Amino acid sequence: MEKETCTFSYCAKPEVVEVDCDLLIIGGGMSACGAAYEAARWATPKNMKIVMVDKAATDRSGAVAMGLSAINTYIGENKVEDYVRYVRGDLMGIIREDLVYDLGRHVDDSVHLFEEWGLPIWKKGDDGFSLDGFQARDEGKKTLQDGGTPVRSGKWQIMINGESYKVIVAEAAKKALEYNKKATGMAQNHFERVFIVRLLKDANDPNRVAAAAGFSVRENKMYLFKAKAMLLGAGGAVNVFRPRSSKEGQGRAWYPVWNSGSGYALGMQAGAELTLMENRFVPARFKDGYGPVGAWFLFFKAKATNSLGEDYCTNPEYLAEAKQKYGKYVDKLGTAIRNHLMMKDMKAGKGPILMRTHEAMDAINKSFIEKLGEKEGKKKVKHLEAEAWEDFLDMCIGQAGLWACKNIEPDKTPSEIMPTEPYILGSHAGCAGFWCSGPGDMAGAPKEWSWGYNRMSTVPGLFMMGDIVGASGHKFSSGSHAEGRIAAKAGLAFILDNASYTPKIRRTVDEVAAELYAPYEVYEKYKTYSTDPEINPHYIKPSLLQARLQKIADEYFGGISTWYMTSKTMLEEGLNQLKLLKEDSNRMAASTLHELMRCWENYHRILSLEAHARHILFREESRYPGYYYRGDFDFIDDNNWKAFTCSKYNMETGEFAMSKRDYVQIVSD
Amino acid sequence: MPSFVITEKCDGCKAQDKTACQYICPNDLMALNRDLMKAYNQEPDQCWECYNCVKICPQQAIEVRGYQDFNPIGGNVIPMRGTDSIMWTVKFRNGILKRFKFPIRTTAEGSVDPYAGKPEPDFSKLKASGFFNYEARQA
Repeated sequence: MEKETCTFSYCAKPEVVEVDCDLLIIGGGMSACGAAYEAARWATPKNMKIVMVDKAATDRSGAVAMGLSAINTYIGENKVEDYVRYVRGDLMGIIREDLVYDLGRHVDDSVHLFEEWGLPIWKKGDDGFSLDGFQARDEGKKTLQDGGTPVRSGKWQIMINGESYKVIVAEAAKKALEYNKKATGMAQNHFERVFIVRLLKDANDPNRVAAAAGFSVRENKMYLFKAKAMLLGAGGAVNVFRPRSSKEGQGRAWYPVWNSGSGYALGMQAGAELTLMENRFVPARFKDGYGPVGAWFLFFKAKATNSLGEDYCTNPEYLAEAKQKYGKYVDKLGTAIRNHLMMKDMKAGKGPILMRTHEAMDAINKSFIEKLGEKEGKKKVKHLEAEAWEDFLDMCIGQAGLWACKNIEPDKTPSEIMPTEPYILGSHAGCAGFWCSGPGDMAGAPKEWSWGYNRMSTVPGLFMMGDIVGASGHKFSSGSHAEGRIAAKAGLAFILDNASYTPKIRRTVDEVAAELYAPYEVYEKYKTYSTDPEINPHYIKPSLLQARLQKIADEYFGGISTWYMTSKTMLEEGLNQLKLLKEDSNRMAASTLHELMRCWENYHRILSLEAHARHILFREESRYPGYYYRGDFDFIDDNNWKAFTCSKYNMETGEFAMSKRDYVQIVSD
Repeated sequence: MPSFVITEKCDGCKAQDKTACQYICPNDLMALNRDLMKAYNQEPDQCWECYNCVKICPQQAIEVRGYQDFNPIGGNVIPMRGTDSIMWTVKFRNGILKRFKFPIRTTAEGSVDPYAGKPEPDFSKLKASGFFNYEARQA
């Protein structure tokens, strides 16, 4: 097939805007906002310029855009080492304990700041019942920083009134950027609606990235951000696998639908080493609406059973079989193993799997009335019912809508739960991402895990944060914010240590523009060939590029249609098909700037998925049963695979170089 | 559950420099038809039902109707977001109504003063653990 090139013969050449800064923050979510907050404080006295570029509006960008009903990582009265043990247990024994420990010792300060900025945090009342953020304030309850007692829904989780969580965090970040802008005399240092497509190599040092290139989705402008160091927080990969929903419901992804793998793709193209990219997360959530189950399990103490009322997590036959294949990892009954046991029942036709919300509410009702009497008990139950609805309305409104449409009142009817399509991410209950430098001051951590700057990737000056830091899951929103702050400090240290560096890109600006706007050119060149530009043999529109990607992922790489099953032969065939799709990406076509963004988002998804598949192929065992299975190696093999899988992508050749790194346990069992 | 715009209520935010829904949508879905001066959701199957367009619309012209590949018709969820709390009305298909009010923030919008009362950074600790205002926990 003939290769298409863009000469701007058919589409208009964009205006090019070049922005020079010291530290560039790519992304606008929790980690990016944390980075902006910490960076502006350190950078401003040194007259260093901070710039943040976000593809959306920072008030509502990233994974917390809708809001959240809980902060899942708050150490508080617990021990940091126990946090490491919990993360390790849930992620089947292989994590970077230095990174997780480092996160744990820092995260609480971010939570304290959120409360100071105005995030309402529930507190425990004198009667042991929960108070929402206003009640707690009105009763004069102390803030967490001053020793106030949060309402724990689990050991690490605290409940919040989090509808405006992101707005509040963004406000602090924007003010911090403004402070830096004024002091350093920049005209603008916060760019919204600019989508970064590529990181560009430095002209003099092939190992470094000198700039990030992207475009405005609002006007015909290309942006080139030159920086001495970059913090990448562009999120994980959603809708890479065919979703369970068949039409418009595919927007109701469990993780934010706009997380298009840009974080992975940008780092991969720069040559940064990946780790544990085979890891994925398959959350078991309320069916179709994907509403959160955490509060129901942990806070309301609801049980999930098969439709016969049996608890699949205690089925002795399933447990014995799982133990034989997956050994000691079954004992902790982590998220992956619970999925595995649930699916055993589903495959045996014992579905639907039900969250028994009605029984939980009934039990609460009885105990409240017993404790408080009829009148006061009922009042508390009403408060609790509101809390249950708030759990959805804060963070998954569609689930509330689905219950309303289906006449489901949780105190009367149980609700179906189901494992979703797979997601690739590293800040929630997954750990796919880049191999990053650790803090370097944790006793027992191998020296080679730290190369001077915390959270720096294997590309000097390119730092990772949030969803794309590998082998360090269970950070969630607060941890991502804290990690952005950690990365920001290290990034500034790197810049100060390399003061003589001036970024200079290897390619010409015209070459970069031609690459970024190629889908525009392809569309304009061919659109009149057919009477309907949607059906045209010369190009592929982004929605169909995504559909093909999802179909390949689903059928060959262990999606829902094979019950998450794959193997060497399946992976190899899928990779063959992915190669053709990658070639076809040269024929992506965009009729608008919005579609141009969709084209490149889906290209980012392709790269993320390829890395995922290559890693699954490399790891010859089933480390994450319940998330995916290698049918040809359906067991956990600690002797050979209790290790980090790593890879480097070569953009020029399209090849992956795979390797293994030793796992080292630092915190005792 | 894609958002949709009620024709009669949308005025294209003509009094403002940009349409509110277009500004806020995290997935760049809201577009403005300049001939009609009405907004619309240009890609409903990419809508996360985050409700940010619904919450921000000054005319309350945007609502959400359930994704029809799994939602029966008839239920809806409507927010009214104020400066410190949010009111929700959940209407069931069978007509049951539930209303809730939750806090959203304890401070005034725009009042965050990020570094007020916070220490200056100590550059001797730039490469150590901790933040400019915080010593990392020891345990």
